[in-house]
Amino acid sequence: MSSQVTGAQALVNALEALNVEVAFGIPGGAVLPLYDPLFDSSIRHILVRHEQGAAHAAEGYAMATGKVGVCIATSGPGATNLVTGIADAYMDSVPIVAITGQVGSKSIGTDAFQEADIRGISFPITKHNLLIRSADDIVRGIAEAFHIAATGRPGPVLVDITKDALNGLTDWAWPIEIELPGYKPTVTPHFRQVREAANMIAASRKPVLYVGGGLVKARAAEALAVVVDKAPIPVVTTLMARGVFPDSHPLNFGMPGMHGTVAAVGALQEADLLIAVGTRFDDRVTGALDSFAPHAQVIHCDIDPAEIGKNRTADLPIVGDCRLMLEELADRLDSVDLPDWSDWTRYLTNLQEKYPTWPGQAGDGMLSPQEVIRRIGAIAGPDAIYVTGVGQHQMWSAHFLPHEQPYSWLTSGGAGTMGYCVPAAMGAKVGRPDKVVWGIDGDGCFQMTNQEITTCTLNNIPIKIAIINNQVLGMVRQWQTLFYNQRYSNTELHTDLCPDFVKLAEAMGAVGLRATTEDEVDGVIARAMEINDRPVVVEFVVHKDEMVWPMVAAGTSNSDIKYARDMAPIWEEDEL
Amino acid sequence: MSIVTTLSVLVQDKPGVLARIAGLFARRGFNIESLSVGPTEREDQSRITIVALTEDAQTTEQITKQLNKLVEVIKISELEKGKSVRRELILVKVKTDESNRRDVLAIVEMFRGKVVDVSADTLIIEVTGKYGKVHAFLDMIAPFGIKELVQSGSVALARGGSSITDRSRYDRTPKAKA
Repeated sequence: MSSQVTGAQALVNALEALNVEVAFGIPGGAVLPLYDPLFDSSIRHILVRHEQGAAHAAEGYAMATGKVGVCIATSGPGATNLVTGIADAYMDSVPIVAITGQVGSKSIGTDAFQEADIRGISFPITKHNLLIRSADDIVRGIAEAFHIAATGRPGPVLVDITKDALNGLTDWAWPIEIELPGYKPTVTPHFRQVREAANMIAASRKPVLYVGGGLVKARAAEALAVVVDKAPIPVVTTLMARGVFPDSHPLNFGMPGMHGTVAAVGALQEADLLIAVGTRFDDRVTGALDSFAPHAQVIHCDIDPAEIGKNRTADLPIVGDCRLMLEELADRLDSVDLPDWSDWTRYLTNLQEKYPTWPGQAGDGMLSPQEVIRRIGAIAGPDAIYVTGVGQHQMWSAHFLPHEQPYSWLTSGGAGTMGYCVPAAMGAKVGRPDKVVWGIDGDGCFQMTNQEITTCTLNNIPIKIAIINNQVLGMVRQWQTLFYNQRYSNTELHTDLCPDFVKLAEAMGAVGLRATTEDEVDGVIARAMEINDRPVVVEFVVHKDEMVWPMVAAGTSNSDIKYARDMAPIWEEDEL
Repeated sequence: MSIVTTLSVLVQDKPGVLARIAGLFARRGFNIESLSVGPTEREDQSRITIVALTEDAQTTEQITKQLNKLVEVIKISELEKGKSVRRELILVKVKTDESNRRDVLAIVEMFRGKVVDVSADTLIIEVTGKYGKVHAFLDMIAPFGIKELVQSGSVALARGGSSITDRSRYDRTPKAKA
């Protein structure tokens, strides 16, 4: 069946046909033709206050639901404001589609009003992007964009559409066949490779499952649990993978990397076999590459072949979907004899007990940020969705929240985007209104995107944001403390003077709460938990000198990890 | 020592493909020695020959893998020396007069070049061949005085009966439904 509609109407029809429930965006000149049919559509459009918020909200929605997130902006500055969010989605492989209006096709290249070459700008930060100049190409372009964003290694796709294409007439027809001769992700892992992986595991003495964000994208938590059930291999979960394996499991040794646990870092450094699944040997995990996991053979499974061998040579490469790989591996493990790894596990358990993550120390009667985060986790529980900004509070959240459930931890990993928290929490809550959504943010991060609290108030999106206010850009200041002779160049935010976060929250229609002493902490968290008709912002005034430990200094070997300042663990290899 | 790798890249002929590929090389810090692009036997496809310089085999592999991730890239094949033919083309404007024109023409003859333009005091000469031949010619002609030189990138094809499109799984891939 086909009928003539405008390009804009065809676009809205296509979005509806793709089951898009919600889009985050801001209209403007070039994209006005789209906003007209959108007005009558079943799609819920959430009018954000800044396009960066739209992109992060689309990410939050995608991460919380597993579906493709959608954001919309107009040409020029509208489109360029999306860039940070798109780059963030690219680094963390989050499936979003960004739709941008573009000036009329005849004006392209003339430096027309609000013209920006967003396609050119976004080449290096999108999985794919396209410029559509004709109404006839819109439906195909959108269908391909969603297909590319969601399949293979997920990622952001930008669709730039000229105003005359939106206004032009076209035939509406659905479904359409997708023709992408150059795009065919390898999904099914090769069974021989997986069989060989099972053999290598059976031959290993000190194996470690090093799992990353790919497990979240592949919804592979259950498959991992089955593998560990059959083969009791110690597990380390990267920042992006927190929650895919419960922290309470005795074989979960926590997060590896620059601020990882001693046990997780030690596991990688001492291992003779890494089973790396959905992870990319990022520099924040490996430290100095040449001394990373020096004794280990590597099995590396990823859906993106370019990740395999990029940073660390893989002895056994497996290209494919992480969930399918783990399911196949679980089957293959039935036909091998597994050795007893209890000495190895005991060694790691010993490290874990001996060098727990630095719990912080209260000083000057001020709140300990670690303790505040722990209390939020204890009261909100493992069923809540947690979202963070970037910096010290993010690392403490990675360590001290109850990471027991998969797909409920949203953080900006690869890009490290300050300002991610509030809009991403908004997107997560829109996608999962049934869940309690807590954002743990810093006072620096919060001031970058807090305008979306207004959006939450007006659209009935009752998120809860904890501001861990240490009055400084804490992580940067920590580096100044450790590596720049305590010269605190431009890291004092003076949030003790302004803004008043409680008033700021209230001005945006949220409930504003504050805790400055230990006996106020549980009370404000409990109060925040009771409020479900509007957003809540809770400010926790904490000590500014608290540092994140453990830490591997940038560019040094993981084996030189410090569990507290100037305190190095003793590896005691002879125990093995 | 640099590794010279010749890649033949079959792409969908769509606007911006070349910018995407060039941008990928720039962004990831890969070095291009030459790049040439043109139409193929199929209207909807172009073929790009890239000569890349890398320090190690791992980088060469990364180039291929990253190129393969581009949605418009249909197929990449590495053209190995000896198993492929490679040609470049130069046009060179050489100063000549009555006294030395014969000498220049003799060199052109030797390299099976062609004179494509003549004026009172210059000749434009066209030479094709592989890198070594073209550069040997330039060395020979240089003493006469090169006024202008333009050079194409390499184009290359694998020897033998097979073609890059045969080996593409393009037509066998089931089509996805939106």
